[in-house]
This record gives sequence, structure tokens and C-alpha cells, in this order.
Amino acid sequence: MATQHSRIAARFMIAPAVLLLFIWMIVPLAMTLYFSFLNYNLLSPGALTWAGFDNYYYFLTDRAFFTALANTLILVVGVLIITVLGGIALALLLDQPMWGQGIVRVLMISPFFVMPTVSALVWKNMLMNPVNGMFAHIARGLGLQPYDFLAQAPLVSIIAMVAWQWLPFATLILLTALQSLDSEQQEAAEMDGASRTSRFIYLTLPHLTRSITVVILIQTIFLLSVFAEIFVTTNGGPGIATTTITYLVYVQSLLNYDVGGGAAGGIVAVILANIVAFFAMRMIGKNLDA
Amino acid sequence: MARKVTQSAKTLNTGLAWAMGLLMFFPILWIILMSFHSEADSITTPFEMLTSRWSLDTYAEVQNQNNYGKYFFNSVVISVGSTLLALLIAIPAAWAMAFVPGKRTKDLLMWMLSTKMMPAVGVLVPMYLIFRDYGLLDTRIGLVGVMTLINLPIVVWMLYTYFKEIPGEILEAARMDGATVGSEILYILTPMAVPGIASTMLLNVILAWNEAFWTLQLTSSDAAPLTQFIASFSAPQGLFYAKLSAASTMAIAPILILGWFSQKQLVRGLTFGAVK
Repeated sequence: MATQHSRIAARFMIAPAVLLLFIWMIVPLAMTLYFSFLNYNLLSPGALTWAGFDNYYYFLTDRAFFTALANTLILVVGVLIITVLGGIALALLLDQPMWGQGIVRVLMISPFFVMPTVSALVWKNMLMNPVNGMFAHIARGLGLQPYDFLAQAPLVSIIAMVAWQWLPFATLILLTALQSLDSEQQEAAEMDGASRTSRFIYLTLPHLTRSITVVILIQTIFLLSVFAEIFVTTNGGPGIATTTITYLVYVQSLLNYDVGGGAAGGIVAVILANIVAFFAMRMIGKNLDA
Repeated sequence: MARKVTQSAKTLNTGLAWAMGLLMFFPILWIILMSFHSEADSITTPFEMLTSRWSLDTYAEVQNQNNYGKYFFNSVVISVGSTLLALLIAIPAAWAMAFVPGKRTKDLLMWMLSTKMMPAVGVLVPMYLIFRDYGLLDTRIGLVGVMTLINLPIVVWMLYTYFKEIPGEILEAARMDGATVGSEILYILTPMAVPGIASTMLLNVILAWNEAFWTLQLTSSDAAPLTQFIASFSAPQGLFYAKLSAASTMAIAPILILGWFSQKQLVRGLTFGAVK
């Protein structure tokens, strides 16, 4: 058992981390909350006046907010569907016996290590560009008209880019889970005459449930704050077609210099993220002792 | 035992898996190939590009004209600096939580994790103003600080899951033999924990290297890391395919290689130990 002495030592060892995180969590957030109730514009440096809930009112009734909320949801859900379904398929494929499995895995997970600004610009210029992009070359090769992806289907294009980055993550985690699957159980089921499909539905899928949940929750946290991909490709446009909540707050506060409005948007983003986080924390907490 | 697989099934799997792997890897492969050609050749058709002259000229150009080295240096300082700082703060905390767990240890860990779930935009405004008022905008030191705080929860968590796997009896035995807390850490815990610390470090360097929200918001040139440098190619006048390819290849190569070596740790770190 831990002695009194080591307990005190432990407190001292934990203190710096806790204190720093506490300050990091509380101070800026309190400032955001405070600013969100002020009329505060960086371009008009007069006295700051109390705004009440005006900033929230303007942010939440702005049509851009609803578009941004919808865009955020479409982006998150779209990427989740592609990565989870694709991830299951790729993980099942990679779990099969084959030659050069290690190399295939390395090829497959590589996109995850590419920094967001690189992947966004590569997709924008080298793949989706209607004149010099690879897709345009392929289209012309097939005798088709090249398609201007980022202008015609901007949100879908962003979803494709982000999905390319996160599909390896889903695949890797689901593959790790698949490899811990009890092969004897599978064999027993096979001997009892269970078909491939029913083995997948009744044995593999239940085994993967927890990992799928983890993939969904963790990706959601990161996907809610996708920024760089939009920043370097579409700048939220055309119009506000690819503006997400994160991007809208950035525009409001750092491009329009409206600190009060941006802060209100920030608080709204925090509340939305907290709804997701609530479920995530319960999930991860349940697995903590496992 | 592995089940018997027919040769044809294995061939089919191999073909399909390689096709998928190459498809996923293609964008990366393409910029690597493009980086060895000139600007003019890079915007011809794919076939013409591949058959045009191969050279390293573009790489030299990126270094000479754009001062690539500066951004690379900034990326290294920010990612490695913030990782070391985070480890310094997190190792004692994770040690204490793993070996002297209290009633509230679990709550504390969950709370740390919850700080990670706060969206960055929620604190964008005050962070920007604090950085502006204290002259931290576009400084490496400011960015190292932010990166340390952002990744601290993950570092504590990862270390905690690794430390928990070290048998506590060994420490107790040492304690009975009269080892102090200090020598316990130095001579027993550290050697056993080094693999875990190394993987934590690796993952954290990867995350910090690729972080593209705060680096884009809080730097412009002096302290700008590679994420910001690459973003500067998004301007229409900056559309140089070969140059973008060479700069991107150099920006992602170190992390790609580190990443290949840390696949297992990555799963563990990013799922907070929920999937091993």
C-alpha cells in the first residue's frame, strides 16, 4: 500500500500538470465567455460596452450560422460514413493472408501522416484542378469533360480530402481489433457450418463494435475542428458553401475583427463539442479499467 | 493455427489489397514523382512529365528561393520542444497516478482528457489577444507553449497506460530495500518505462508536426513551421506545382517515416488506450 509519504509526493508530482491544464482550460474560456457579452471590435477601440445576449442573438440568427451548422454536420457525418464503412472493408481485406502485407499496410496508413495543408493543396492542385489535375487528365483520356470539383461540388470535395486522411486511421484501428479476434471461435463456427456472412454478422461485427465506437467518437472530436483543409482550398467558399462553425468563428473574429461576435460563436462551438464529448467521455471512461 | 487458404484466394487478396494500398498512396507518390521535374514539365500530361528530364533542381530552388530550411527548423523546434516540455511535466504526473492511485485518479484522468475536447475556436479570440498583447505572436516560444498544453493530456494518458503495465511489486521491493522516490524513478522506473516514453514522444512529435490550427493562426513568418509554409502556396500566384511538390515531399517525409515505425503506438495513443 502507498504510504502517507508517497501520497504527499504524488500530489506534488501531479500538481504541475493539473495546474497548467486548469489554467489553460479556465482562463481563455472565461475570457471568451466575458468577451461574448461585450461590444468589442478591434477596429473601433472605444470603450467596451455591455452587449448582453446581442452577440449570441446575431450569431445564432445569422443565416450563415445555419449553413455552417449544416455544413459541419454534413462534413462530419459524410467523413464518418466513408471512413467507418471503408475502414471495415479495408481492415477485413488486410486481415486476409497475402504477400507483402506489411508494405500494403504502410502504403495504406501513409495519408494519415501527411500534414493537413499538404494534403489539401495536393488534392486541390494535383488531383482536382480542372486543367492540370490528375482527374482532369483521366477525364480527357476517357473523352469526358473535366469537372471543376472545388467549384461545382465544394463540400463533397472537402469531404473526400478529409476522408482520405482519416480512412487510414479507421482502417488501422479496426485492423488492430480484428487481429485480436479469437480465431478458434471462428473455426468452431465454420465447422458448425456457419456461412461467411453469418460469421461476419454474429462474430466479427460484435467484436468490432467497441472499436467502431472509438473510431466514431475520436474522429468526431477532430472532424468538428477541421480548419486547414478549408483554409487553404476554398476559404469557406464559394460563397459560404464550405464554411463550417470553426471557420465561421475564425472569419468573424480574425477577419471581421468582431471579438464579441467571434467569442459568442466560440462558446456555441464549445457547447456543440461538449454534447459530443459527453458521450465520448462516458464511453472511454467505461473502458478505462479494461 | 492459421486456416488453409487456397493459392488463388491468396493471389486475389494480394492483388486487391495492393491495388487499394497503391490507390491510397497515389497522391503522395505523385508529388514525390513530380518533385523531380521542372516547373514547366510538371503541368504537362502525366505521361510527358514522367518522361521529361529528372533532376533535383526544384529542391535546390525551394531552399534557395523560399528559405525552406528556416521553416523546417521551426517545425523541429516547435514539435520536439513542445514534446520534451510535455514529457517533463507529464512523466511525474503519470508516475504518481499509475503507482499511487487515489480515489480521484480516474476522475482526474477523465478531466484531463476533457480539456482535449474543447474546440480550439472556443479559445481562439482570447489566445490571439493574449499572444498579441504579450508579444508572443509569431514567436517559437509562444507556439511551443501552446503545443505543450494541447498535447499534455494525450502525453499523460499514454504514459499512464504504459506505466500501469509495469508491475508495482518491483517498486515496492525497491522501496523496502530503502530506495528513495528519486532513485526509484531513476534506476527502476526509467529503464522499464523507456519504450513507453519513446512511443509517447514519437506520437507527440507527429501530432505537433502536423498541427495546423494554432500554427496557422499564431505564426506568419519568423516562427512559421512547415504547415504555414505550405499554406503559403495556396495563393494563386504561388501555384508552382513542382515547387509545391518538392516542399511537400520534404515536409512530410520525416513524419511519414516516423509514422511507419509507430503504427502500434499510434493506435494506442490516439484511442487513449481503449484499443491496443
